[in-house]
Amino acid sequence: MIKNIKLAYGMLSPSLIWLLIFLVVPIGMITVISFTTNEGYGGILYEFSLEAYKTTFSSMYVKVIWNSIVWSLGATLICLLLAYPFAYFIAHAGKWKNMLLLLVMIPFWTNLLVRLYAWIILLNNEGVINALLMKLGIISEPITMLYTPFAIIVGLVYGFLPFMILPIYSSIEQLDKSYLEAAEDLGANPIKTFLTVTLPLTFPGVLAGFIITFVPALSVFVVTDLMTGSKLLMVGNVIRDAFVVGMNWQLGSALSILLMILVLISVFVFLRFTSSKDKNLLM
Amino acid sequence: MRPRTKKILSIYTVLIFMFFYIPIAILMAFSFNDSKVGTVWTGFTVDWYVSLFSNEQILTAAYNSLLIAVVTTIIATICGTLAALAFHRYSFPGKKALDFLFYIPVVIPDIVVAVALLALYGWLQVTLGLSTVLPGHVAITISYVMLVVLARLAGLDNQLEEAAKDLGANEWHTFWKVTFPLISPGILAGALLAFTISLDEFVITYFTSGPSANTLPVLVYSMVRMGVSPEINALSTILVLLIIITVMVVGKRMHIGNREG
Repeated sequence: MIKNIKLAYGMLSPSLIWLLIFLVVPIGMITVISFTTNEGYGGILYEFSLEAYKTTFSSMYVKVIWNSIVWSLGATLICLLLAYPFAYFIAHAGKWKNMLLLLVMIPFWTNLLVRLYAWIILLNNEGVINALLMKLGIISEPITMLYTPFAIIVGLVYGFLPFMILPIYSSIEQLDKSYLEAAEDLGANPIKTFLTVTLPLTFPGVLAGFIITFVPALSVFVVTDLMTGSKLLMVGNVIRDAFVVGMNWQLGSALSILLMILVLISVFVFLRFTSSKDKNLLM
Repeated sequence: MRPRTKKILSIYTVLIFMFFYIPIAILMAFSFNDSKVGTVWTGFTVDWYVSLFSNEQILTAAYNSLLIAVVTTIIATICGTLAALAFHRYSFPGKKALDFLFYIPVVIPDIVVAVALLALYGWLQVTLGLSTVLPGHVAITISYVMLVVLARLAGLDNQLEEAAKDLGANEWHTFWKVTFPLISPGILAGALLAFTISLDEFVITYFTSGPSANTLPVLVYSMVRMGVSPEINALSTILVLLIIITVMVVGKRMHIGNREG
């Protein structure tokens, strides 16, 4: 590798300047804002205060944070259970592999809002599922499914399932088949081979999938917004409202910092348990 | 895989695909429904598409989305490619810390980036509009371009560059004649990723665009919030069809097994 500091920094400078001004400095700003005093109506008085963090840990917001973690963690686990066998099949589908992968990419690239809207049509009181169940005589009155935690979980799972499938798929696909043959030759049955060879070797993919599903699921606000009409809240909703509606930038900043810390902890855990080679599974 | 396992798994796979596609199919079907409300099929119509294409707001939003995505892609591709080349070729102090910097936009939740930018604009007292959307889009896409191009560079055979130099080509010549053609698929993949991320981006746009400058995702959001109307179905159907066509065309051309390109 060549040592040419001037040229290297010259080539890096456009990106660095952009990231510093529009990413690092702004995140620094909300960190500062989270420790300032609220003057009301969005006013910021630059006097040190822990008020925002105290509010964050008041019972109402703790409940919101708790709900966000429970719902997003629950949805992530469901995604994992749904995704693993699915990814396993696709990775072993031979000539159909690329075709099936294309079919996963379509929902992956379709805008989340569009996909959530599709579920509103289904889950509505006058929606497709209720209409169908009533026609079949299974129920006589529509079941309320929108505006419930059920709708949130459906929205999260539907929204983020492809995020779980892709890294698991690529770790299964990259699996060195000779290990499987060795296990078989040594007399392990398929179940044992799966549990002792396949699963541990594809663990980095599972962990990567877990993080890139959990992080956006934890911070998303459109799922609760559209599926429950903001009746149920997640951290993202509170941050949005603090900045846009309530004009309490201190509270919004404090919650953002907290969210960021939660995310960084989970990424750190990921990096601890995986080699550097697997780092790019996160993408 | 044993035949029985394979059979069970294939049925399972079909079920997951149904889970993916039935909601989208129903959404598309209802874009042709005559009835304005409810889910009762009253007859076939293309009225919603007609009213869609005469809706000034939607056309403006589509234009804004494309404009932002194109400009974002150009800036992010140039910056990200240069950064990847610097990381790949040179050793310099602070390399590790700077590498970390590029991972920030990949792991930090977009809502944090969005409110942080809002705080910056508030402090600078900038009026929100289309121009305030761009910096956020570029900031998050630079990293993706950089990582994709870097992955391509990592797979490159260094001997080719050395051979060019041995044969008397200078740095500049080696880059344009050897390195650039070799990494151009990576650059293209990075640019494409930046374009689709920008086109699809909702959260940062929602916070930094102000009331007058809608993009398509922001418009879809406000339409859905206002209430169910078959016009959203029509708009969504068009968006989904565009995605299907793009994925099919791009997927055919590129080896999609690895998204690194």
